[in-house]
Amino acid sequence: MTISQQIITIGVIALGTALTRFLPFLLFPAGKPTPKYIKYLGKVLPSAVFGLLVVYCLKNVNVFSGSRGIPELISIVVVVGLHVWKRQMLVSIAGGTICYMLLVQLVF
Amino acid sequence: MQKRSEILKKAFCTAFPHTIPIFAGFWFLGMTYGIYMNVSGFSFLYPMLMSLIIFAGSIEFVAVGMLLGAFNPLQAFVMTLMINARHLFYGISMLDRYRGTGWKKFYLIFGMCDESFSINYTAKIPEDVDRGWFMFFVTLLNHLYWFTGATLGGVFGSLIHFNTEGLDFVMTAMFVVIFMEQWMKEKRHTSAVLGVGLSLVCLLVFGAENFIIPSMLAILGVLTLMRKKNEKGAEDL
Repeated sequence: MTISQQIITIGVIALGTALTRFLPFLLFPAGKPTPKYIKYLGKVLPSAVFGLLVVYCLKNVNVFSGSRGIPELISIVVVVGLHVWKRQMLVSIAGGTICYMLLVQLVF
Repeated sequence: MQKRSEILKKAFCTAFPHTIPIFAGFWFLGMTYGIYMNVSGFSFLYPMLMSLIIFAGSIEFVAVGMLLGAFNPLQAFVMTLMINARHLFYGISMLDRYRGTGWKKFYLIFGMCDESFSINYTAKIPEDVDRGWFMFFVTLLNHLYWFTGATLGGVFGSLIHFNTEGLDFVMTAMFVVIFMEQWMKEKRHTSAVLGVGLSLVCLLVFGAENFIIPSMLAILGVLTLMRKKNEKGAEDL
């Protein structure tokens, strides 16, 4: 990517982000009721999107070669375990990341 | 009547304690993001400017991969909309709360990240504190934490001598935690299971580079069908 292509990419991301934040205020001005379908999506979409994001993060894991996704699996178990135990976002994220770094650097 | 400086001071002093946990979180994640950009070969100017003008953690992490890949602004735009689609729902929740805040409303909406939204939506603001300024300072402080964290990470990333291999897993860990938080909050997990399941199917069918958009369409389609099929029952998926 050239510098100008990078600037366009960053600009597009900034614009898209701002759009997602401003759009409801433009579409649903104060005092008017929100359509039911939008309310429904507002309720059900977030869970699915977070699931998609987890899969997105793991998209390059190959279960048939290399470390076969074992470091990822162990570290996710650590994240889930820590989060169930302490429910402290930072502890879970830091613990899982440190575990993963140790695994890929020292074990696999 | 209170003097303007007193109103500001009071709002700031009330807002600041609410943001202390965000300070810890944003410095950790912001620095990690800055370091991640640094080790990916970018100057500190990138995380500095991106944290300032985008101010949305997850898409900024994803943007690193985009900037390293082939030039595809349309996909970048669609990805941004999809990853940040949840902002639409924050906006819907804040339609009333941000009303009557004057010029500050523009900045409040611009800086409405997950954390600013959470505090501004849930905080019980005392009667004698100006609501608009309170929410303004919450948003501004969060923005400042993220910006300084990302910039410091970007500047000092090159000075960090420990082996950073695997540091990018912080993003996976972050989304696993957000997914869990959502999971623990909801009664039924249909949507969460659909999100993971349909994405995995699309990943297998379309491959790692092209599965995001089919996944989103599949999720949107199935959720819409489920609503039409069972108007009442689907309301609380």
